[in-house]
Amino acid sequence: MSLALDIFTVVMVVAGLFFFYAGSIGMLRFPTVESRLHALTKADNLSVGFIALGVMPQMAEATDALKLLLAWALILFSSAAASQLIAIAARRNRRRDP
Amino acid sequence: MDSFLRIAAGLVMIAVGMGLARIFRGSQDADRMMAVQLLGTGGIAVLMLLAGSKTGAAAIDVAVTLALLAAFATVAFVKSSQTRGGKEPEE
Amino acid sequence: MSDVVLHGGLILLILSLAVMTVVTRDTFAAITAFVVYGMLLGLAWVALGSIDVALTEAALGSGITGALLLRAAVCLRDKEAAAEVRRPGRAAHRVSGLVCAAIAAGLAAMVLMLPDPAPSLAPAVMESLPATQVKNPVTGVLLAFRAWDTFLETVVLVLALVAVWGMTPDALWGGRPGELRQHAHDGPLVFLARVLPPVGVMLGIYLFWIGADEPGGKFQGGTILAAMWMLTLLAGLTDAPPVSRRWLRAAMVAGPATFLLAGLSGVVFASGLFAYPPGFAKPVILLIEAASTVSIGVTLCLLAIGPPSRPANR
Repeated sequence: MSLALDIFTVVMVVAGLFFFYAGSIGMLRFPTVESRLHALTKADNLSVGFIALGVMPQMAEATDALKLLLAWALILFSSAAASQLIAIAARRNRRRDP
Repeated sequence: MDSFLRIAAGLVMIAVGMGLARIFRGSQDADRMMAVQLLGTGGIAVLMLLAGSKTGAAAIDVAVTLALLAAFATVAFVKSSQTRGGKEPEE
Repeated sequence: MSDVVLHGGLILLILSLAVMTVVTRDTFAAITAFVVYGMLLGLAWVALGSIDVALTEAALGSGITGALLLRAAVCLRDKEAAAEVRRPGRAAHRVSGLVCAAIAAGLAAMVLMLPDPAPSLAPAVMESLPATQVKNPVTGVLLAFRAWDTFLETVVLVLALVAVWGMTPDALWGGRPGELRQHAHDGPLVFLARVLPPVGVMLGIYLFWIGADEPGGKFQGGTILAAMWMLTLLAGLTDAPPVSRRWLRAAMVAGPATFLLAGLSGVVFASGLFAYPPGFAKPVILLIEAASTVSIGVTLCLLAIGPPSRPANR
């Protein structure tokens, strides 16, 4: 059982790392602020989710495992809102000095 | 498992570093605000991985705090970037 | 061995962010770099195993410091352009660079010259900790072993706010701080300010409560409460109260006053000033922490939004 859980952790964390690097490569290669924002807030949130799921079986207490989910839920909410705010700010700045 | 999680945390750190390098090459305010967001998500991933390792579960409380306040910093930046170059109505 | 990547990466990023903060010309860019630097420091504290400090750094660094510095930058904007014209010469740059480098080298040398293992009171703390009935050694030290220092720290926060309020023009005394509340429309900001505070208030209270036994405490909890209040202010969902409100002032001094009363009662019920009656140490500590959490939350938020800037009745 413990081996199965460890394998689950490894698979999930590796998947999380894959998306983190995908996001970072997007940041490096995408041409505009909006597309980079897209790479940052979509890929990175997905990988935080994978990592949260992956680390869950390693927690001794159920409440700690739930806190991982809480952190993920919070960052999903806040990144979604923050990306909108940043995009609005970027558009406003462009209008002011094109 | 402990060293796997800690190495994974290090790898996330490198990915964050790659993103930061790009962000601080940009000259727009929006690029810089992204740095805060990137550090928010990346930092939370690192903290989660450390919480599963021998550092101990208390690291999750730091992750939850960071997750809660990651957007707060962005809000403060967006608000002051609004007042930065003369007032303009928000959309 | 497995930590090489993490620690190496952290050190590299922290150093580059520190350099970036100093060399950047644009104030806004420097503040962003500084906030990111603070978040990285929080990670470094976790990597070093000091969760208490990491929590403070995470809460203060990403919550209040950024907002405070940005406010300062907005206030200074007009004067900054004037200062840009008479920029110090090359010689002044070199001299200040050299002085800073010398100070940094001196500090580094002092850290390296510390005896190894460094002198530590940690064993003595762990030995006496059961007497305080709390399990978190940091809380034990802060609230019992050096309660006097901690008490003065809570007073300093209130004094800082008094100093900020001292900047108020006479005509606005007793008015409301912050910008005029704008009509709250729908949008990402209002959405955040509705979703996050309930969770944030819970987390703030949780961190205060757990502080007795695990990493956490009044300062971390209070900072989160302050950030949540500020979020609703920034979104225009609530308006800042006039600084003359009695409840506001009561909330500001609740922490220091409770702390002082508890300390003085030690003269009567225990062995002296800031000594807690044996067997009742934990309830007293929790009471002080609870009152301080409220005071720190209110005071930090008011510090960050600045002195009154408009009349009480709009």
